[in-house]
Amino acid sequence: MAKVLVVTSGKGGVGKTTSTAALGVALARNGQSVVVVDFDVGLRNLDLVMGAERRVVYDLINVIQGPVKLQQALIRDKRIETLSLLAASQTRDKDALTEEGVARVIAALRDRFDWIICDSPAGIERGATLAMRHADAAIVVANPEVSSVRDSDRIIGLLDAKTEKAEKGERIDKHLLITRYDPARVARAEMLSIDDVLEILSIPLIGIIPESEDVLRASNLGTPVTLSNPTSAPARAYADAARRLKGEDVEMSIPADKKGLFDKLFRRRAA
Amino acid sequence: MRFRGRSYVAFALAPEPPVADWLAEIDAWIRSSAGFFVGRPVVLDLAAVSLSSAGIAHLVSELEARDIRIMGLEGADPAALGPGLPPVLRGGRAASVAEPSAGAAAAVPEPKETSLLLDSPVRSGQSIFFPMGDVTVLGSIASGAEVVAGGSVHVYGTLRGRAMAGCNGNRRARIFCRRLEAELVAIDGYYRAADDIAPDLRSRPVQAWLEGTALSVTEIE
Repeated sequence: MAKVLVVTSGKGGVGKTTSTAALGVALARNGQSVVVVDFDVGLRNLDLVMGAERRVVYDLINVIQGPVKLQQALIRDKRIETLSLLAASQTRDKDALTEEGVARVIAALRDRFDWIICDSPAGIERGATLAMRHADAAIVVANPEVSSVRDSDRIIGLLDAKTEKAEKGERIDKHLLITRYDPARVARAEMLSIDDVLEILSIPLIGIIPESEDVLRASNLGTPVTLSNPTSAPARAYADAARRLKGEDVEMSIPADKKGLFDKLFRRRAA
Repeated sequence: MRFRGRSYVAFALAPEPPVADWLAEIDAWIRSSAGFFVGRPVVLDLAAVSLSSAGIAHLVSELEARDIRIMGLEGADPAALGPGLPPVLRGGRAASVAEPSAGAAAAVPEPKETSLLLDSPVRSGQSIFFPMGDVTVLGSIASGAEVVAGGSVHVYGTLRGRAMAGCNGNRRARIFCRRLEAELVAIDGYYRAADDIAPDLRSRPVQAWLEGTALSVTEIE
């Protein structure tokens, strides 16, 4: 059965789009059919991070407003054939998203794909609420710093109130993805520790992505890090998170500054 | 066409002379609790001040400029009021729990909830308002969240946001939490912001209660 994920955070710049692309690649590499959908109408980026910006003809808004068919707007990835992209429109704004239109597109995508990953815009307004509206599960992206964590907390409150599942009285699954984790800065108490973040947000952890040059480089090259450098630490962390999303039990380790005894001491399992 | 009577709970603001000083107090309160009055019904109790019609109109507009919408006046002479002012209300009672008044349409009193149990965390941006009694939170109250209770507030997790107990004037209400990281605690309008709480109480299990007009915060052993 198809699963709709929303990647959301409240705060901007924490890594929603990067994580959407990296998880999309990781899930598709395992043979599952995946579509990544950009909901950031007016400020689209997912096409760039996926390296598909020169192939966008039709977008989400064209499909919502017609007469473009979904099939025409889906862009199949050239490197992984089970991965597709539905781009956002750069020339429009979030008001072009309609509740009914989004429902129709998500329903159509459910028939075609195993995973539908919705890349939410920052903020708590229309674009963000419509991106989460039909989700079965949410990936809440947070950096280990107070402003990001508080904004994530706000988003979790909205996930429990404004999604279709919540309104039916069901619970939406929420997974915490901590990105840009820098063990050296945590050791100097310049960043919150994993335990601090978990204590504040109290939702289960799906992955910890270490801060890495590889991620930035990959985004700028239009090749998600799970594709460009699959053996790098962030790529492995994303791949592990993708396996946990599929329900596999994968041991979680907190990235440490130096390998060895220290690393072993801080090895622990997901909450 | 039928008219029905309804009774609602409203906040009563009672200005004290001199009004300018009182407005300054309101400003200080709004600075520490931004948005507290937004969307809440407020009645202006003018019993303690003697103001002309123009004075009342000025006061109402001053409050409106602070996002406090006045739905009615109390303790003013209806004959002395000019047009454009809210209506004069009578028969307000201090115990502002919504009770069906005698002869009102509500014949069957519903069993009243006197406490509220929240088994999930109160997230940033959420506002819980329960004037009928105690609120118990099994999780934490996040930074940027608030819980307002007519009775006491019990937090079994960490209190990071705001807790306001005794909002209907219950001076015996208290605030308990397993771990204090609060932005603000208040009982019956007496409040302390984070900076006014002794630093050694941070991250400790504490209770807050009213001693006279002082809000005491102490560690629970």
